[in-house]
Amino acid sequence: MRCDCYIPSGCAVSGIMSKAGERMDGNDIIRSIALMHDRSNGLGGGFAAYGIYPRHANEYAFHMMFDNMEAKDQCEEYLKDTFDIVLDEEIPTRPGAVFEQDTSGRSAECGTQPITSPPILWRYFMDVPEHRTTFVSEREYVVEKVMDINSKFTGTFVASSGKNMGAFKGVGYPEDIGMFYKLDEYKGYIWTAHGRFPTNTPGWWGGAHPFCLLDWSIVHNGEISSYGINKRYLEPFGYKLELRTDTEVVAYLFDLLVRRHKMPMDLAVRALASPFWKDIDRMPKREQKIATAIRQVYGGALLNGPFSIILGYSRGMVGFNDRIKLRPMTCATKGDDMLYMSSEESAIREIADPDTVWSPKAGTAVIGELNWEVE
Amino acid sequence: MSQIPPEFIVKIDYDTCRRCRRCVMNCSFGCMQFKDRVVPDHKKCVACHRCVTFCPESAISITKNELTYKDSANWLPETRQNILKQAETGGILLTGMGNPRPYQILWDHMLIDACQVTNPSIDPLREPMELRTFLGRKPNRLEFTRDGNDEIKLSTELQPQVKLDVPIVFAAMSYGAISLNAHRALAMAAKNSGTLMNTGEGGIHKDLNSYTDNIVVQVASGRFGVTSEYLNSSAMVEIKIGQGAKPGIGGHLPGEKVGEDISKTRMIPVGTDALSPAPHHDIYSIEDLSQLIYAIKEATDYTKPVSVKISAVHNVAAIASGIVRAGADAVTIDGFRGGTGAAPMVIRDNVGIPIELALAAVDQRLRDEGIRSHASILCAGSIRNSGDVAKAIALGADAVVIGTAALVAMGCRVCQKCYTGNCAWGIATQKPELVRRLDPQVGAERLSNLVTAWGYELQEILGSLGVNSIESLRGSRERLRGIDLDEQTLELLGIKPAGIGQ
Repeated sequence: MRCDCYIPSGCAVSGIMSKAGERMDGNDIIRSIALMHDRSNGLGGGFAAYGIYPRHANEYAFHMMFDNMEAKDQCEEYLKDTFDIVLDEEIPTRPGAVFEQDTSGRSAECGTQPITSPPILWRYFMDVPEHRTTFVSEREYVVEKVMDINSKFTGTFVASSGKNMGAFKGVGYPEDIGMFYKLDEYKGYIWTAHGRFPTNTPGWWGGAHPFCLLDWSIVHNGEISSYGINKRYLEPFGYKLELRTDTEVVAYLFDLLVRRHKMPMDLAVRALASPFWKDIDRMPKREQKIATAIRQVYGGALLNGPFSIILGYSRGMVGFNDRIKLRPMTCATKGDDMLYMSSEESAIREIADPDTVWSPKAGTAVIGELNWEVE
Repeated sequence: MSQIPPEFIVKIDYDTCRRCRRCVMNCSFGCMQFKDRVVPDHKKCVACHRCVTFCPESAISITKNELTYKDSANWLPETRQNILKQAETGGILLTGMGNPRPYQILWDHMLIDACQVTNPSIDPLREPMELRTFLGRKPNRLEFTRDGNDEIKLSTELQPQVKLDVPIVFAAMSYGAISLNAHRALAMAAKNSGTLMNTGEGGIHKDLNSYTDNIVVQVASGRFGVTSEYLNSSAMVEIKIGQGAKPGIGGHLPGEKVGEDISKTRMIPVGTDALSPAPHHDIYSIEDLSQLIYAIKEATDYTKPVSVKISAVHNVAAIASGIVRAGADAVTIDGFRGGTGAAPMVIRDNVGIPIELALAAVDQRLRDEGIRSHASILCAGSIRNSGDVAKAIALGADAVVIGTAALVAMGCRVCQKCYTGNCAWGIATQKPELVRRLDPQVGAERLSNLVTAWGYELQEILGSLGVNSIESLRGSRERLRGIDLDEQTLELLGIKPAGIGQ
């Protein structure tokens, strides 16, 4: 399953959120991403969903991929040693599933692809044993274990590791992946989706988006040209960048800036997609001081290159572009509740009749937050 | 009588020579004499090209004296010439400029990436392309608070930062080693280009007081010209521990160069030798260095970053780490090809390590220790073009330092005779009639042009890399590939060989 290839990609992203926390099934997000079929090439698709495990909301839900039973056995030993496993089960799938509706354009020639030869897909609902958190926080502990598993266990991959959320991803067109994972049967208040067009090498199951750590999930259309320094910037903070994909750095950067450095979300985005100096120089003094300090201190976190990114986390959804908007992103709202983000406006109109539709300015975050508190 | 044959042959085309004697006036090495026509004394020629440049008829040419020595791959002409010199004098061979020996130049074995299709390149003519750089200590993180009005405020107080419009600063060259006009040109150019010049260890002439914001003042082992006022009329203070051309060696400005002005600036009597000891006599350990760093911070009220300059030696990474932990806000590493006004040739040619390896080792070491943000890294020691600048920044430098390149821009022909005080171009001399030859305005313009041109070229490189800010190149070794390098060197540089993708 593991592939030592770096895969630059073009892609489609889509996200739906109910700010009121109303849970909806996965049909809408599948239809939305299916409309942008042509932006993918069948080498990767995936979804992140929040609020899907209300009965296990207080346990860390690990979505795991294993190449074989041996890898699974080895990793399970490790999980038993490090966590209290409350429940573990196979992730339900529909082998050979395809999205039944017509998808546009190239599908006529390429067709949809029944999802075949998946790795072993298993999920674990786990608690962190109390005695393990004497010296580190619970989340820090989970991060360490995820880094450990991804870097030390061959044939094993943690697809997601947050509470009451999960990543569902694999090789195939995203709409088929959605049907494969039976997402029509889950209910969540945030859904994000990704269709992938890797350019030089075959995709692999772990390499599909979203990339997740704790409850952070990233779907990303683009390529992080600053990957080299972002990786070196993160390493001294203890992050192990083993997946050889640029998107990984985005998830870890949010983890570092927002969780560990406690930066407000809008300022974290300002570090990742900083305003230009010419604009900073014209800001009011207080704002200028903050923007300058962020660039001075977080230069290594600046994301450069073309991207549109949707970040999902338990409390909300954030969409933003690179500093000169080299990749598309459209946002829309309906009523006070619904927020949509997508690579194309059509993918929003496919599933909703929005009140307002706009294309956010380059480097400017659109932040949707839940009206109520979750951890 | 000297047995040393001339190094060069000066040919004069007497058919075109108009006997204007301009060459005689221009030659500061006493090579040209006029005896009813111009007669060169070949032995005195240093190939500084002053006469060639100023001959109105282009009647002069200078060639290497090829037939002097019988061929030997082992006993090279310069080897034998040096032996002859020492046999005649019994002295240490002195020289100037950087190491000219044909060591492998690692910059020329690194290649830069570019974008194609999946990530677009960016056109610097149409999009912003940012080179702005800040030197100084940065915290690992920022902290914010919300005030009563729910407004976010920055609660972290940053240490002093020096802003550079372009990540290229002028190297430390003292008033004494170079002329006041050269210092003036460097200061003016630094101001024009939004960067810094460095006074070197000779103090600062009062005429340059208005350039405070663009000046790094140096505190070296001789402590020449160091006063509280000196420390405070600067953007940054640098403690010089070592110099790439002469690691472990002090400095010596001969008394004949110490005229009225230099005497005042250096605070020593006219005509006395200015000796910079090899070590600082109050620094015999890292904790002593730390005391000096904080003494300077106290003297400048913590308003200026303090940098420490060291030469690239075998253990440079550990030394740099110690320096950062001792409180330095910046570290300047000077490689073994770095220039000098005067150094023993045996030291210049044989001591130290290449800057490329030193820089890579220091940057990685500071990252491994989690203290990379605590100090800026300045990279010196033969940065020859903007390609070198880009590669240095990709290896991890915050900015580069140019000495020889700056001198060449002002007219230097790298004849390596700086230590003689006879510089025909008015740069490395204190003789008023020679100093006069360098017009500070013209020098400043040429220096600014060079920095501007390299700045544009850096923007082109960033654009082709698909990034629009210098911090996305800084330390991004992923964008470099090595060519014709062995595995160990690649590993030390932290780069992959050409041909390997990501």
